[in-house]
Amino acid sequence: MFEIIRTIINRDLTLAMRRRSDVMTTLFFFVIVVSLFPLGIGPELNTLRQIAPGVFWVAALLASMLALEKLFAADFEDGTLEQMLLTPQPVFILVLAKVFSHWLITGVPLVLLSPLLGLQYDLAAETLGVLLLSLLLGTPALSLIGAIGAALTLGLRGGGVLVSLLVLPLYIPVLIFGAGAVEANVSGLGETGHLLMLGAILLLALVAAPLATSAALRISAE
Amino acid sequence: MSLAEFFDMGGYALYVWSSFGATAVLMIAEPILLRGRRRAVLQRIARLIRIRTEENQ
Amino acid sequence: MSSRIINWFKFSSPASFYPLAGKLIPVFTVAAVILIGVGLYMSFLVAPTDYKQGEGYRIIFVHVPAAWMSMFIYLVMAFWAAMGLVFNTRLSAMMAESLAPTGAMFTFLALWTGAFWGKPMWGAWWVWDARLTSELILFFLYIGYIALKGAIDDTRRGDRAGAILLLVGVVNIPIIYFSVKWWNTLHQGASIDMKTGSSMASIMLITMLIMALGFWMYSIAVAFSRVRSIILDRERDSQWVSQLPEVQQ
Repeated sequence: MFEIIRTIINRDLTLAMRRRSDVMTTLFFFVIVVSLFPLGIGPELNTLRQIAPGVFWVAALLASMLALEKLFAADFEDGTLEQMLLTPQPVFILVLAKVFSHWLITGVPLVLLSPLLGLQYDLAAETLGVLLLSLLLGTPALSLIGAIGAALTLGLRGGGVLVSLLVLPLYIPVLIFGAGAVEANVSGLGETGHLLMLGAILLLALVAAPLATSAALRISAE
Repeated sequence: MSLAEFFDMGGYALYVWSSFGATAVLMIAEPILLRGRRRAVLQRIARLIRIRTEENQ
Repeated sequence: MSSRIINWFKFSSPASFYPLAGKLIPVFTVAAVILIGVGLYMSFLVAPTDYKQGEGYRIIFVHVPAAWMSMFIYLVMAFWAAMGLVFNTRLSAMMAESLAPTGAMFTFLALWTGAFWGKPMWGAWWVWDARLTSELILFFLYIGYIALKGAIDDTRRGDRAGAILLLVGVVNIPIIYFSVKWWNTLHQGASIDMKTGSSMASIMLITMLIMALGFWMYSIAVAFSRVRSIILDRERDSQWVSQLPEVQQ
């Protein structure tokens, strides 16, 4: 079973390295959105510090959503997905592996870059740390939850917008606690509660989301 | 309460009647639209049956 | 005793449910008209003027029942989704599909009437009150389901995908509500309270219940009507449909 997890992750990472534009587009979308807001709102540092948690988290949300289409689509089109569904391994594990590689490719770069971007908003070092931690806990949850939407809409027309419509309501709790954690740190109220809730959501997503995703994959790929 | 007072709803006329109005409009429109849908489905099926019987003859 | 049990499952076939629903629609329609009529009478002519909110508070007699129905219908849809997945009955999925537009409508009405209630009471057309915000998210859940069903041509895939989406949604609703409530209390404190005051006069509660019951009867009548159209459309190639009197004109 670990064999197949390693295989899937290796394969996805290799494919991503060959088509590096996919990785880069998600990352640069995040960078651009985060950099656009000060241009739209004004350079007043006090304002920026206040809106930073929301801006970063909404940008991460949108970037994660955009990247969802690539989760299963390529494998679906070339028949690999069907093969994966036919293997004796539980689809739950396959889904976990795919989502993990997806997160490595699209989520981790965001997480790593966020402290640097946070400097644009004049955030304190401690706040940058909370931002990084919140995204570290939140982006995998977003990938896990988003996978459900990606699986349900496999091969459908109207793709990107439809996935967003399905997945955004489910993303909202992650957004609330993620941005809330950073804001709690800025306001001095303490981010621990929010981060714990994020962790709880991540755990729940780890257990429940792949179940729904597997069911959805079977339905979509038949 | 006189009729004028009733329509005025203590100054809240706009809000009360917009609320009850929207509710009434939607809850009347929905069954009407459904009747149209049913008629369209029945017409479509009748046409399909006609085509099928013509083919069989 | 056993013959009654067999009868229930007989109605899980679209062909036998179609005439049953047809006979029941007038019953529920009449019930709806009576209850809503009585409810409206009570809303305007029996319920007293609120000492704090004047006549404007009467909006709750549509706002609250609409909100209750929006949530109740979603739960019923999720129930039929689960039934459809477990028992593989097509009619269960059709029932879920037939309830969605009505549920979305009530959600919209809850939001609309909530805004018209909020403006005179709290000065703003939209307040990010926990319940209104959760209602907005519920509206997105309904629209997502309707959009997904609309995008899938294959009915079997559509039924099952919609069912998964509903079940995922229903599990998320408490999470969403909890997180929105958290978000709301942290940001606004207890300043805004959508209730009409701590203790509602019992006559107001009774009026709300009557209106809610009326809305419920309405929903059943409308859902049965819609499911009949869905059944006809899906079963259009079958023998029993071609023999229906309404088709034979």
